[in-house]
Amino acid sequence: MEESLEQILELSLTLLMLGGAVCACVFKDLLNAVIAAAFVSLMAAILFYFLQAPDVAMAEASIGAALTTAIFVIAIKKTKRVEEE
Amino acid sequence: MRILISCVLLVILSLGLVFALEQAPFGSNQIDNADKPGRFYLNQGMEKTGAANVVTSVVVTYRGFDTLGEVTILFIAAIGLGAVFHSRKKVKRYEKEKQSASLILQTGCRFLFPLIVLFGTYVFIHGHLSPGGGFQGGVIIASAFLLLFLGCEEKKIPMKSMNTVESLAGIIFVGIGLAGLYWGESFLENFLPRGMDYMLLSGGVIPIIYIAIGFKVGAELAGIVAGLIERNP
Amino acid sequence: MFHQSTYFVGCVGLMIVGLYTMLTKKNLIKVIIGLSLFETGIYLLLVVVGYIQGATAPIFSRTTGSPAEMVDPTPQALVLTAIVIGVAVLALALSLTIRLHEHYGTLNLRKIRGLKW
Repeated sequence: MEESLEQILELSLTLLMLGGAVCACVFKDLLNAVIAAAFVSLMAAILFYFLQAPDVAMAEASIGAALTTAIFVIAIKKTKRVEEE
Repeated sequence: MRILISCVLLVILSLGLVFALEQAPFGSNQIDNADKPGRFYLNQGMEKTGAANVVTSVVVTYRGFDTLGEVTILFIAAIGLGAVFHSRKKVKRYEKEKQSASLILQTGCRFLFPLIVLFGTYVFIHGHLSPGGGFQGGVIIASAFLLLFLGCEEKKIPMKSMNTVESLAGIIFVGIGLAGLYWGESFLENFLPRGMDYMLLSGGVIPIIYIAIGFKVGAELAGIVAGLIERNP
Repeated sequence: MFHQSTYFVGCVGLMIVGLYTMLTKKNLIKVIIGLSLFETGIYLLLVVVGYIQGATAPIFSRTTGSPAEMVDPTPQALVLTAIVIGVAVLALALSLTIRLHEHYGTLNLRKIRGLKW
C-alpha cells in the first residue's frame, strides 16, 4: 500500500500527542508540565497540516507553542514553581 | 472520593462521545449538493471576492461580523488585564537584581528583531494569496517583541505608541465597515473593485482589513506580555 | 476503518485528559493547563469533521484543480477564531492567578475556598 507510510506517521503522531498530554497531567514540577503542553500543541499543529488546513496549522503553532508557553512561564515565575501536596 | 466520581463521569462521557462520533461520516464527500454553505463558499468565493485563499474570504467577508466580535474579545481581555493589575497604593519599584542576558543572546536579538518583524508583516500582507493572514502575522510580531524583552533590556518599548496603534487599527476596522454601509448596502460589505486574480491589490477591501487586524493583534499581544512582565511581585 | 478511528481516538482522548486535569488537581496553574489541553482537543475535533479523503487545501492558485475536490473551509474559519479567543481567556486567567497569589499567599484551591471573608 502506498499510503501505509502516511498512516503509520499519523498513528505515531497521535500516540505521541496523547503521551505528552498524560505527562502534562502527571508532572509535579510546573515548568515541566508547561513544556509538555507546548509539545502537545506542536503535535496538534503537525496533525492540522495532515488534515489539509495550513492556516489553522500556522495559527496553532505560533499561538500554542510560543505565546502560551511564554505567558505560562511568566506567571510561574511570579508564583510558586512546584505543585505542593 | 473526588477522583472516583470524576473517573465514572469521564467514562460515561467518553462512551457517549464514541457512540455519537461513530455515526459521523468521516472522509466522505457529504456536501455534494450545492445548497450547503461549504460548497457555496468554494464555488462562489473566487469569482465574487477575488481572494485566492477561501478561508480568508470566509473569515473577512462572509463571516466578517464574527471577526469583529473576536477583535472585541481581545480588546476586553487587554482591558481586564490592566484593570486587575491596577493598584491604588504605591508599589515600590522592582529593583533590577536579575542578571543580564549573555553576549550571544544580546547580539542575536538585535540582529533577529527586524527580520522577525519583516516576516510577520509579509505574512499578514499576503493573507489573501497564501496561507496566513492577520492573526498569524500579528502573533509573529508579538513574539518578536517578546524576544526584545528577554534579550536587550536597555531598549525601552514605548507603551504609549503601542496603545495608540492598537486603538487606531480598531477604529479603521469599524470605519471600513461603516463605509461599506454608506457606499454599499450592508455593514462590512466589499465595496472596492475586485481586481485581477493572484495580484497583491486584489480582493477589494480584504487586504486593508487584514492589515488593520495584523497591527491590532500584534500591538495588543505585545502590550499584554509587557503588562505581565512589568508587574511588581 | 483504521484511518478513521485514529483521529477520533486522539481527539476524544485529549479531551478526556484535559477534563480529568481540570476536575481533580489542586494547583490553580495545573487547572489552567488542563483547560488549554481540552481546548486543543476541541479544535482537532472541529477540523477532523470537515475533512474529505483525497481532497486538498482550499487555496486557489494557477496549478490547483476545480473547487469540487477541496476540503470544507467553514470549520477552519471557526477554529481560527476559537484559537485567538482561547489565548485571550488564558491571559486573563493567568493575570487573575497572579493577583490571587499576592492576596492569599498560596495557590492551593482547597485552602482558598476555605478562607472566610
